[in-house]
Amino acid sequence: MPVPVHAEMRGVTRIYPGTNGKAGVHALGPVDLTLRKGEFYSVIGPSGCGKSTLLDVLSGLSRPTAGEITFEDKPVDGRVPDGVGVVFQEDASFPWLNVEDNIAFGLRRAGVDSTEIRRRLDYALGLMGLRDFAKAYPAQLSGGMRQRVCIARTLVTQPRLILLDEPFGALDAQTRLIMGDELLKLWRETGATVLLITHALDEAAMLSDRIGIMSARPGRIIEEVETGWPADRDSRVASDNRFGTITSRLWAHLREESLKAIGQGAIK
Amino acid sequence: MRRAFDTILLVAVALVIWQAIHLLAPSALTSPLGTARRAAELLGTATFWPHVAETLKAFLYALILAFTGGLLLGLLLGLNKTGAKVADPILVSIYSLPKVTLYPVILLIFGLGMSAKVAFGTIHGIIPIAIFAMNSVRNLAPVYLKTARVLHLSKAETLRTVVIPAAIPEIVSGLRIGFSLTLLGVLIGEMFASQRGLGYMIMNAIGLHDVPTMMAVILMLAVFAVAANAVLLWLDQRLHRRIT
Amino acid sequence: MNRVAWLRYFIVTGFIVFLEVLCRTGIIPATVMIPPTSMAAHLWALLASGRVTPDIIETIGNVIAAFLLSVTLGFALGAVIHSFPRLRRAIDPFLATYYALPFFAFYPLFIVLFGLGRPPIIAIGFLFGVVAMIIATLNGFDRIPRALLKTAAVYRMDPLSTALRIKLPSAAPYLFTGVKLAVAYSFIGVIAGEFIMSSSGLGYSIAYAFNNFDNKTMYALMLFVIVLVTAVNAFFYVWEQRLLARRGR
Repeated sequence: MPVPVHAEMRGVTRIYPGTNGKAGVHALGPVDLTLRKGEFYSVIGPSGCGKSTLLDVLSGLSRPTAGEITFEDKPVDGRVPDGVGVVFQEDASFPWLNVEDNIAFGLRRAGVDSTEIRRRLDYALGLMGLRDFAKAYPAQLSGGMRQRVCIARTLVTQPRLILLDEPFGALDAQTRLIMGDELLKLWRETGATVLLITHALDEAAMLSDRIGIMSARPGRIIEEVETGWPADRDSRVASDNRFGTITSRLWAHLREESLKAIGQGAIK
Repeated sequence: MRRAFDTILLVAVALVIWQAIHLLAPSALTSPLGTARRAAELLGTATFWPHVAETLKAFLYALILAFTGGLLLGLLLGLNKTGAKVADPILVSIYSLPKVTLYPVILLIFGLGMSAKVAFGTIHGIIPIAIFAMNSVRNLAPVYLKTARVLHLSKAETLRTVVIPAAIPEIVSGLRIGFSLTLLGVLIGEMFASQRGLGYMIMNAIGLHDVPTMMAVILMLAVFAVAANAVLLWLDQRLHRRIT
Repeated sequence: MNRVAWLRYFIVTGFIVFLEVLCRTGIIPATVMIPPTSMAAHLWALLASGRVTPDIIETIGNVIAAFLLSVTLGFALGAVIHSFPRLRRAIDPFLATYYALPFFAFYPLFIVLFGLGRPPIIAIGFLFGVVAMIIATLNGFDRIPRALLKTAAVYRMDPLSTALRIKLPSAAPYLFTGVKLAVAYSFIGVIAGEFIMSSSGLGYSIAYAFNNFDNKTMYALMLFVIVLVTAVNAFFYVWEQRLLARRGR
């Protein structure tokens, strides 16, 4: 039985117009991408290939220059649809609010009633291990904890599609592995569809159902790899025999694209 | 604790240097003790307080104008990317101008008196407040605005619940500088364009070669300026600590 | 030239045209302000006649003296204060509140110490600029990345070599910011000082013209000061931007 399509990008292109007579930048596309409902999909690609642009366009934060995007069979056009949550690469926690107020921020603005807020807040604090830090301010927390706050803030809005843009980029390797496991736990508990953007091969291989490999700029999806992992996985799949095969396949494509990207001067 | 001791030590050294200069040139500088005594005397004199009231009144008016005008200008420019880019060097140029060169124009427009003094104070304070307010919004982390859009906030809500709280530490820094500069502007205005106020008292004392009075008024102004600035600095640091 | 620069020129020119129209039509009476073109014309005549040249030379001389003193002493003091953390901590609050003080009031003190004439004016310009330089120096030295100092240690460099070849170049952009501020503040201090309490120089000439209801001379000189100060500050600003751009900031 085919799994329903949750979101789709068809022929999506994004060109940034040039300013002051400089040429424009063809940042993305054309991209064709289909997200199945409830799957964990990762996008990997070399630096500068347009991964963040892909997320901006898919989420509705930015309009494509060409192509269509649909979410739950409705077109996405310049506005973030209801039911989509985004976790950004940079720390988006508000320094003037404590952890609790940060997490509840979106719900309060949306006018959700306070008992419901309290309930979702408790759930998120527990799931993300933030209960002891509920009254602390982000300045007092480590980078990893702050990202947890951002994830919790997204969680409580009960999104059906969660987009994450290299959320663990600023963290050390060991914290990343732990956060990866927590993300999987989150995914299982909420049943949401997850799209993770990452540049780390092993992270993509370990966490995802499917992995899309992007080319160097302008980024297109050039290959998709199915991992076939069971739903109740965690970082220990790294010791599975198939893990090496999967990462080798990813690298085989990625290496060539990365060399192209270095040639483009994409790495600052 | 050690910090407080070091600061007290520094103040003590400054007082010693003060006393030394006084001994070298007694007619130029009153001793610390003499200055304090004259200050106490003035505080007890009935004719002193109307001058204080005059300066305070002008200062308060100028402060309100500089604060509101500067904030409004700065925030509006900050929210408009092109506006900010265009205005930045213009504002900085005006800031670097010796405002003294504009004084005659102010006097010609407002005449002598309270409105001229308030105008002086305002033009001194409004520019740095505007610059800081503008930069506070410009330097807003783009990820905050993206977050607001993902959470479906309206433009007004974004401004109220995200932009302003994020900008406040920088705005307060601007207000702190604007406070001192506005006071300076009002005093300079009084020094040559008024017959009342503390600035006038200083100029008058210089003219009469009444060094003790001149120094006493300066001392009281300095104490006020330093105290007010210390409070604003504490506030400034407390707000910034939340960020780092 | 890009759009932003065009807009800027447009706004400034537009403002001048606006003033010109208001003055010529009499909405702004001639007793209050003369049209900008008259200001420029009269300035030209003034410069050509050479009447105002001694004042210009004097003021520029004062500014240069104040500026050089601010930068050298400010840097030296900043470097010294930075080497003694305890002193630094004690002085920090005073540096932060320095610009809150109305130190024009100390002018009479300078008259007694240095006599009448130019020295007290230079002293005020110096007082205005030196602390900006000290703060910029402290800032610059603070931000020297530890890794660079460790590199110097690995190369076994002596303190003087470290200071000249590692610390100074690393802190240079911040030091230059201090220089830029010192220029601006020296101008403000000198001209304000001349205006209020001097008997020569550009500031004084403006005040004199004002007191004698000589609007033409007064506005001509004001225009000169505005153009001069803006040009000098703009020059340093552009230089600073170049330096910062090289560092990728």
